[in-house]
Amino acid sequence: MGDETTRAAIEAVWRLESTRLIAALVRIVRDVGLAEDVAQDAIVAALAQWPASGIPDNPGAWLMTTAKRRAVDAFRARAKHDAAAAALARELSEAIDEDPGAGIDHVEDDVLRLMFICCHPALTPESQTTLTLKLVAGLTTREIARAYLAPEATIAQRVSRAKRTLADAGAAIEEPSGPERVARLETVLGVVYLLFNEGYSATEGDDWMRPALCDEAVRLGRILTALVPDDPEEHGLAALMELQSSRLAARAGPDGEPILLDAQDRRRWDAARIRRGLDALARADALLAEVGPGAEAGPYALQAAIAAEHARAASVDDTDWDRVAELYERLGRRTGSPVAELNRAVALGRAQGPAAGLALLDQLDDVPALRGYHLVPSVRGDLYERQGRRAEAAAEFERAAAMTANERERQLLLRRADAARGTASGG
Amino acid sequence: MRYMCLMKSSESNGETPPAVYEAMAEYDRWGRANGVLIDSQGLLPSDAGAIVSLVDGNIKAVDGPFTEAKELVGGYAVIEVRSYDEALELGRRLMQIHKDNWPGFEGSVEIRQIAEF
Repeated sequence: MGDETTRAAIEAVWRLESTRLIAALVRIVRDVGLAEDVAQDAIVAALAQWPASGIPDNPGAWLMTTAKRRAVDAFRARAKHDAAAAALARELSEAIDEDPGAGIDHVEDDVLRLMFICCHPALTPESQTTLTLKLVAGLTTREIARAYLAPEATIAQRVSRAKRTLADAGAAIEEPSGPERVARLETVLGVVYLLFNEGYSATEGDDWMRPALCDEAVRLGRILTALVPDDPEEHGLAALMELQSSRLAARAGPDGEPILLDAQDRRRWDAARIRRGLDALARADALLAEVGPGAEAGPYALQAAIAAEHARAASVDDTDWDRVAELYERLGRRTGSPVAELNRAVALGRAQGPAAGLALLDQLDDVPALRGYHLVPSVRGDLYERQGRRAEAAAEFERAAAMTANERERQLLLRRADAARGTASGG
Repeated sequence: MRYMCLMKSSESNGETPPAVYEAMAEYDRWGRANGVLIDSQGLLPSDAGAIVSLVDGNIKAVDGPFTEAKELVGGYAVIEVRSYDEALELGRRLMQIHKDNWPGFEGSVEIRQIAEF
């Protein structure tokens, strides 16, 4: 076994342990920056020692002990000027002597706290997602930069700025409770779903999707359902991401061009993910039923229920569009989101014909939040096309193409415009 | 990437010690909380099973136990990981659990990538 293999093996250990390692260290050293630094020191030590010694029987405990020793060193270095650091150094060093590997098991609470910290309200949404990828998902700065098509330096700067903000806010020592905890959990879910969507329909650039981001988000969703098993929305989000990502392989052609729902080969949908998604949705529904008979499903469970309708249908025509329209109506009522209404127009167009869809679309004309949103003309074009109003359809697709920042999507819309016009002129 | 991990051992290893069950349950819990373990199940001894085979154009069923087999699948896990090496490390840990809790145990874990299209 060469050094290369061992290095890959050590990286694998890091992938499996970093979340819990950093989460437990944040609890112990009460400083996100220091926790990450000593965790890094530990993996550097592993890279130096394991190629010769082999991977220890319990690599997680080894990394934990090493990181704690580095933390003691760091506190001792500060102790000259700081009595609190001296006390921490003493306390921690005694704890290591008693049980060197302690703190790496049963750290679910620590991991959840780390998620809360990464989603601290003092941070911007982009800092929240970046920090979540870095500290919770364990991605390197380079990997995050690649996922976001951003220069590595930009990401590194964002991470260090975010850590400073957290230190200033005392984020590592606060523990949200009561309504604040509920709100923070909602932010965590929002950040994970933002990550997912960033991967599922990349808003900018040449790629239509970035599956690696989707995979990380799905994994975070699974972790969350293990951490907070009794919350219906955790399961709703997990279900939503499993169901949507089941279509990843079918959503793009061989050259990366987008394939819309109508045209997807449903045999390429991932049956295992669909099954897990439906299971998670059933779990969300069961938990909701426990809350009480009048309990309304949350936005993630509702969106998952919509995704489940598509997952269960053998084809577009086979889809229960009335049910989809009803779910979008509930979603719109629950969230006040005009995008839900836009989607309801699509569903109505399928359930009752294009005219019904267009009637709803007309009502959305003056909604400020939808102004500049390319999917409005795109949906309108689709409904016109199905009414045989091809020239108008083409004009709408072109309008939509001019509004999207995603190159792949722009090309798709222009192709649809050509197709609509082509059949119009060709008779 | 997804892998199917097939835990294999000889039925002559005897009864599974309680410590192994406990350690496996803990490992299972860890895997789920870490988002890597998708599914896992243990299998009953082969005397509760059968082998249906097609040889020379003849289909026949033979009831268990499969006494002639050296190693039999005793359980499986489906994992979703980011690299082949993660799958390997998870397999190593499974063997470590048996090493630590079952003196004299011999067995293996077959790690196979699940085809995705």
